[in-house]
Amino acid sequence: MYFTGIPGKIGEMKIRIPNSAFLGNINGFFSTLDLNNSDFLEITSHPEWVNIHPIVLCIIGILGKSVPSDKIDCKPITAQSGHYLKRMKLFEFIGINPEVKEIKEHEQAGRFIPLTQIKNSKDLDYFLKELVPLLHFDKDPKHVKSIQHIFSELIRNVLEHSKATEGAVVCAQYFSKTNKISIGVADMGIGLKKSLSVSYTVKDELEAIKLALTPGITGTTSKPGGSAQNAGFGLFLIKSIAYIGGNFFNIMSGDKMYKLLQKQKGSYKLNGNPFDDRHSVLSIPFWNGVAVGVDISLDKTTEFTSLLSTIYKFYSAEVKGQKKARYKKPKFT
Amino acid sequence: MKNLNKKTLKILTYAGTFAENKDVARHLRERYVFPYLIKGYCIVFDYSGVENTTQSFTHAVISESIRKFGPSVIDKFEFKNCNPEVKKIISIVVEYMQGNMEKPVS
Repeated sequence: MYFTGIPGKIGEMKIRIPNSAFLGNINGFFSTLDLNNSDFLEITSHPEWVNIHPIVLCIIGILGKSVPSDKIDCKPITAQSGHYLKRMKLFEFIGINPEVKEIKEHEQAGRFIPLTQIKNSKDLDYFLKELVPLLHFDKDPKHVKSIQHIFSELIRNVLEHSKATEGAVVCAQYFSKTNKISIGVADMGIGLKKSLSVSYTVKDELEAIKLALTPGITGTTSKPGGSAQNAGFGLFLIKSIAYIGGNFFNIMSGDKMYKLLQKQKGSYKLNGNPFDDRHSVLSIPFWNGVAVGVDISLDKTTEFTSLLSTIYKFYSAEVKGQKKARYKKPKFT
Repeated sequence: MKNLNKKTLKILTYAGTFAENKDVARHLRERYVFPYLIKGYCIVFDYSGVENTTQSFTHAVISESIRKFGPSVIDKFEFKNCNPEVKKIISIVVEYMQGNMEKPVS
């Protein structure tokens, strides 16, 4: 037994906010994450610097919200960049008010979406309208459509499949140095394995991730092509958008995280099987729901219509090519 | 002269400039698309004013008709005033649906 600030407590859930946790180096964050006791939560952070991806903020936000605020022991945030956590409304979101080092210099308005909870379709409608001005996309129409698409597909997945009572938790940040938008969407629902097991035999979490990323697979039916309401194509499309732009895409559920690695130069081949992509798999502390992180590099990512052309070509070659079939085309006027 | 065999669905009226709400898609499918097809009408999906859509929304509006009535139903659809992104998404969904049917058009 040890004293940690809250009397009578034996052990606790522990979050350590590292100096850096992005999609490429998120392993360090998970290696210190301890989810063993959900009655108490201790939050500590790197003393000098904290710089984290929105998916990490979503995870911390969800874990923090699951514990009563008087059972959270958040150590003072001494890092110079600690105000970032405040600006992303992490502490407000989980209902605590820790000591955070104040900054004196003028802070730019920034392009970001703070931690936001989306519980239903009405919340999502509102969020999608706010998205454009918050990320200053009114001045960047080239990329707005793919970002809208990604948010809509990810959040609707949560609302339709996760059975998460608290809905989806989302946030996003534009990083000017790298000229990219980082997106995080997470839930604490039933997870991919349970969701897909309704229609498929799923042996483990990794197979669940594979199925979820395979075009045509949805938990709502085992019929090829999905059900009337679900195509099973959304995550594949998002992974493809990330891949074509040479960006990271991470998805975690249960005890596994799939990490799509940046493509090698000159490689544009899309794969229906996510394990044929350049990727790595990470074992993580068990996450009940699903969390997805995507980076969209605004330098490398082409317009949405070009991305869709590449995906369309892939699909034609992959599916139609195999069946030697001639398909009807939609009539546009 | 008004074509009596055609029914027009103005997507903007139901789904707004970013057509992504799948509850709306379900409503369009069940309230209009299926009944119109059953009555033998052709359907004009008018996307004027729609700036963006998702594959999920498009799938939810049209895919079940392709499965239910067969790929020939695609000839009864007309997609009007679509911008390049919307056209691509509709093309992906139409291709995808036929690719996943047991007996594609050959």
